[in-house]
Amino acid sequence: MFLWGGDAEGGAPFVEADPADPSRVRGFDVEVAERIARGLGRRSAQFVQVQWSNIDQSVERGDFAIGLSGVEDTPARRARHAVTLPYFEFREVLAVRPEDANTIHGLADLRGRRVATLGATIAYDVLLQARDSTGLIAISYDDDVHPYSDLLAGRVDAVLLDHIIAQRALRRHGGTGFAILPQPVAISHYVGVLARTNSALRDSVDAVLREAMRDGSLEQIFRRWSVWDETQGALFERVLRSGATAATGVTASSTGALAYLPSLARAAAVTLLVSVLSMAAAVLVGLALASGRVYGAGWLRLITTLYIEIIRGTPLLLQLFVIYYGLAGFVRLPALLAAILALGLNYAAYEAEIYRGALEAVPRPQLEAGRTLGFSEMQILRLIRGPQALRYALAPMTNDFVALLKDSALVSVITVVELTKQTAIYATNIGSWVVPGALCAVVYLAMSLPLARLARRLERRWRTPAG
Amino acid sequence: MTTLLAIAALRVRYDGRDVLRALSLEVGRGEFVALMGPSGVGKTTALRSVAALQPFDDGRIVVDGFALAPGPVPPESRLVPLRRRVGFVFQAHALFEHLTARDNVTLALRHVLGKTRPDADATANKLLNELDVGARADAWPAQLSGGEAQRVAIARALAPDPALLLLDEPTAALDPARRSGLGATLRRLCQQGRGLLVATHDAEFARAHADRVVTLG
Repeated sequence: MFLWGGDAEGGAPFVEADPADPSRVRGFDVEVAERIARGLGRRSAQFVQVQWSNIDQSVERGDFAIGLSGVEDTPARRARHAVTLPYFEFREVLAVRPEDANTIHGLADLRGRRVATLGATIAYDVLLQARDSTGLIAISYDDDVHPYSDLLAGRVDAVLLDHIIAQRALRRHGGTGFAILPQPVAISHYVGVLARTNSALRDSVDAVLREAMRDGSLEQIFRRWSVWDETQGALFERVLRSGATAATGVTASSTGALAYLPSLARAAAVTLLVSVLSMAAAVLVGLALASGRVYGAGWLRLITTLYIEIIRGTPLLLQLFVIYYGLAGFVRLPALLAAILALGLNYAAYEAEIYRGALEAVPRPQLEAGRTLGFSEMQILRLIRGPQALRYALAPMTNDFVALLKDSALVSVITVVELTKQTAIYATNIGSWVVPGALCAVVYLAMSLPLARLARRLERRWRTPAG
Repeated sequence: MTTLLAIAALRVRYDGRDVLRALSLEVGRGEFVALMGPSGVGKTTALRSVAALQPFDDGRIVVDGFALAPGPVPPESRLVPLRRRVGFVFQAHALFEHLTARDNVTLALRHVLGKTRPDADATANKLLNELDVGARADAWPAQLSGGEAQRVAIARALAPDPALLLLDEPTAALDPARRSGLGATLRRLCQQGRGLLVATHDAEFARAHADRVVTLG
């Protein structure tokens, strides 16, 4: 059995679930893997699903022998893993809206504009370099579908991705909606990646790939999936002539730890901003919900209870997707606002339950004393019940804020690069989670620990001293 | 002596059973009436009905010209005249835990009667001094002894200057010496012209201090 890893979420023509039998995968990378297995004398190739950005880590762990799924040829990857010779040449191409096709000819024309791509890719590196040189805004996505739908929706102004992905997206939109610029921004190659210690198998795989280039079987695979063009023939010739495996035109950005500190700091600021604003929204909406539940008429109690149970009973991840992508047809929220809204509305349900509990914890005789003294219900809430409830609510609110600080990592799925996402990018680039993970943990703790301290101090000060 | 509180044929049902049946009593200005009877006989229910903290099923309650009818408790906005006339001292004191003794007294003065803080503070200090807890004005409720908390609660109820004061089991947490002290305090309030209706099961206290005893049950 020959185990190979890839990401079926990447879809056709690379790897996709077979519509006829979703338990199987198909695509040109699937056939390349099968060709390699055959060449190595193995009876069959067994697919292992792995998230695309984690292919390198998984192959080092030994989850499978080789990763193949539009894996890009980068110097960093070559330095850390055993990498096969390039078997496919792709072009990084820009997609823009049709009305911009006459004015945008390259990255240099995108100053101040938003350009989307898949995170942790050569394209993203290219955009980051362009950000520093031409001042465009690089937006990273977790998938290669939403950059194009957001291009159509006007959320971004251009998309930089592999030409196969761009053409697939264009077909999906019926060949209209956006234009692919003819001039490639960069050229690179797909390779197979193996564990660093597995260079012997890599050499055997290279031999099989050369054989497949020579006997035309690789060309047949690419033709079957309509990704063959003359540049592949030229690549095959170069590979067969030189025997060399090094072939890349793209230089990776610097990978020193210090180089990542500014972006980590920026990401930490995003995390803090998202958390603070979400919490503010959660407190306001939570107060309204709790008031509705404690003071409201029957129908209002029903609605607020329904809201609270639905929000608490469904995943935050789902709510993020619904607010960002699901609502896009009606209202196109910027990613940061959608993130704050989703987190705020989610946490509001939990806050509401805290406030309800805190309001109900204020002894009833005090409320009746308020009535006999002539206070209105509103005054009783404002002067008697609210201030005491706030004290009961403070500790659980702090817990919630710390939890929110950590849950804010989820908003990276809607393109907000916050601390955890930035750490993952950093870790992918240097190929280790040890230093980035520790740094990230330190930053989170630096934000959450002082908060817990502050809450304890407030609680102490507010606690009326007992006789 | 003019009538301050008139209860006529008061009936309160709870869970299909009469908690109170045909209670009638009157309290005049300057009069101290004790409402006696064992636990569970409806003393607290009678006081709460008068203070419009709960509905009653039959009968009539008139406080200094303000009438309450059977049925649901009216909204607070319609009870303003009643709230001005009736003070209530709860058995468990029910002091506002987040406010000092003084601010327990000033809260209604400032936010219901619209007095300025210096005015309210002066009134609160005077009341607390009269009740012999002036020294504890800055203490938190949790720091007060049972007797002190009760006197602060009385001061709080007296702050809006009600004509009628209702007290629920005021001697429950007091030792004998404090009980007679409380009796003297309540007599002083009567001398100011207030009417007092005191629910108690303490026969000795009622006989020693009340003008009149109404027995339930």
